[in-house]
Amino acid sequence: MAPVISVQNLGKSYDSGTVALRDVSLDIEQGEILALLGPNGAGKTTLISSICGLVTPSSGRITVGGHDIAIEFRKARALIGLVPQDISIEPFEKVINTVRFSRGLFGKPRNDAYIEKVLRALSLWDKRNAQTRELSGGMKRRVLIAKALSHEPRVLFLDEPTAGVDVTLRRDMWQLVRELRDDGVTIILTTHYIEEAEEMADRIGVIDNGRLLLIERKDALMKQLGRKHLRMQLTAPLDALPGTLAGRGLSLADGGHSLIYDYNTQAERSGITSLIADLAEAGISVRDLDSRQSSLEEVFLRLVEEGQA
Amino acid sequence: MNWQAIRAIYRYEMARTFRTLAQSVLSPVLSTVLYFVVFGSAIGSRIDAVEGISYGAFIVPGLIMLTLLQQSVTVASFGIYFPKFIGTIYELLSAPISFIEIVIGYVGAAATKAVMIALIILATSTLFVDLHIQHPIWMIGFLLLTGISFAMLGFIIGIWARNFEQLQLVPLLVITPMVFLGGAFYSASMLPPFWETVTRFNPVLYLISGFRWSFFGVADVPVGVSLAAVLGFLMACLLFIGWIFRSGWRLRN
Ligand SMILES: Nc1ncnc2c1ncn2[C@@H]1O[C@H](COP(=O)(O)OP(=O)(O)OP(=O)(O)O)[C@@H](O)[C@H]1O
Ligand SMILES: [Mg+2]
Repeated sequence: MAPVISVQNLGKSYDSGTVALRDVSLDIEQGEILALLGPNGAGKTTLISSICGLVTPSSGRITVGGHDIAIEFRKARALIGLVPQDISIEPFEKVINTVRFSRGLFGKPRNDAYIEKVLRALSLWDKRNAQTRELSGGMKRRVLIAKALSHEPRVLFLDEPTAGVDVTLRRDMWQLVRELRDDGVTIILTTHYIEEAEEMADRIGVIDNGRLLLIERKDALMKQLGRKHLRMQLTAPLDALPGTLAGRGLSLADGGHSLIYDYNTQAERSGITSLIADLAEAGISVRDLDSRQSSLEEVFLRLVEEGQA
Repeated sequence: MNWQAIRAIYRYEMARTFRTLAQSVLSPVLSTVLYFVVFGSAIGSRIDAVEGISYGAFIVPGLIMLTLLQQSVTVASFGIYFPKFIGTIYELLSAPISFIEIVIGYVGAAATKAVMIALIILATSTLFVDLHIQHPIWMIGFLLLTGISFAMLGFIIGIWARNFEQLQLVPLLVITPMVFLGGAFYSASMLPPFWETVTRFNPVLYLISGFRWSFFGVADVPVGVSLAAVLGFLMACLLFIGWIFRSGWRLRN
């Protein structure tokens, strides 16, 4: 199936001279949840803004649902709902009116039943007649989500949807996102919570310094980049590594009580068998073993560090 | 053309107008009353009729124009500046609409409000002077055309402005002097020849002159010239707005 969003060689330099995106290409499939990770200033918001029409790209081509966003912008944008990173909302208008306004703006005829459904799903129905300035920050964010959903978009962009949102509400939002995905809506979210990406995403993209460092299925990513961390508790502490064990990537920890061995699970040979033999030869006896797969967070940090190197 | 979107913007903006209607009507009505008291009664009683029209009646079209220009510029500039300021502009820029829908929505709402207030002032002025409008259709036409073109000017100012000071600068520094020097309170023919020539370069003179003609049938310049001036100004604003949206000037980025 053709991708719902296709970004080709996208570049963006702001008037200030900042280069926010460099030659970014990616395809987003219909119905997937894509999480974009990256440190502050990486270019995540700029990427989203370029696709949604808020920022004019300096170079490259973007299509949404097969429509070029520069030429067939009406068709392209009609498919998109955007929840921006900053909470910006008309303060003096009633909740229900701002949501209806968004629907109208996207060219859809009034549909009170649908608006009610959206507001109920976001637990905003009781607040429908409140002015938005009377709402808490978390509620305002939900109003923004309601506005983005008001015109039944096929693609939903959530720029840090759970920043400043409490734990229960975050769970509810994840639930909502999954339900939307089950309805066939494609979701692109940015987040600084790695656990969020790990929990939700089908695919993960990592951006740093305007470059897309990688985009990969989450499980493949975990497998491919996942390293194991083997900790061996020693019966007797060591002052230093014996010379015979040098150059194997071992290190001492806990004041000599533990030996640490990091290895890649994808490598042809892990080297554990020979390591154990070498240990025995050096007269080191191991009391206990403990191995741990690295989390996405570590994968992410390593990528960003390597990207900067 | 996305008619739903135009309707949505227009209604949203009119809702804002009606939320604050009392305030928006009160101040122009009050200042008009003051003008009548000061210029119409106190000073006007010592001034002869201008071109056969009592001075109190003579200034009515000028007063209405003053309010119409101020209101259309202010309302339209604020209307588009506000979403820029609070960030809700993102919604307009990401919606499947082009500048045409945005301009019709915002300019339409601002012009509606300005014309409404102008008509309220007209009604108020009948309490002070006897008015007989000779060409009512032309009068409404001038009101609408002027309201729309200056709402466009306001729209441009709202997009250009980077802060509230700039937003207020133009109405204060440009509109008010142009109206006062545009023959709101006198006929250009009352000026010495040199100054009469100078005022011919003031575009507002043509508006007030044409508008006054629709009331009394007398004018500083032929009414056709007035009409051409309004239409020319309208076109210039339209072209500039078109350029703004094509280039994304002060909007995208
Ligand atoms: N309007 C703008 N004008 C000039 N530079 C900008 C503008 N918006 C963003 N930038 C710059 O572009 C770069 C990328 O910013 P962007 O907002 O896309 O980052 P981000 O990945 O969304 O960061 P965060 O996680 O903090 O939201 C930054 O260096 C930023 O300073
Ligand atoms: Mg961002």
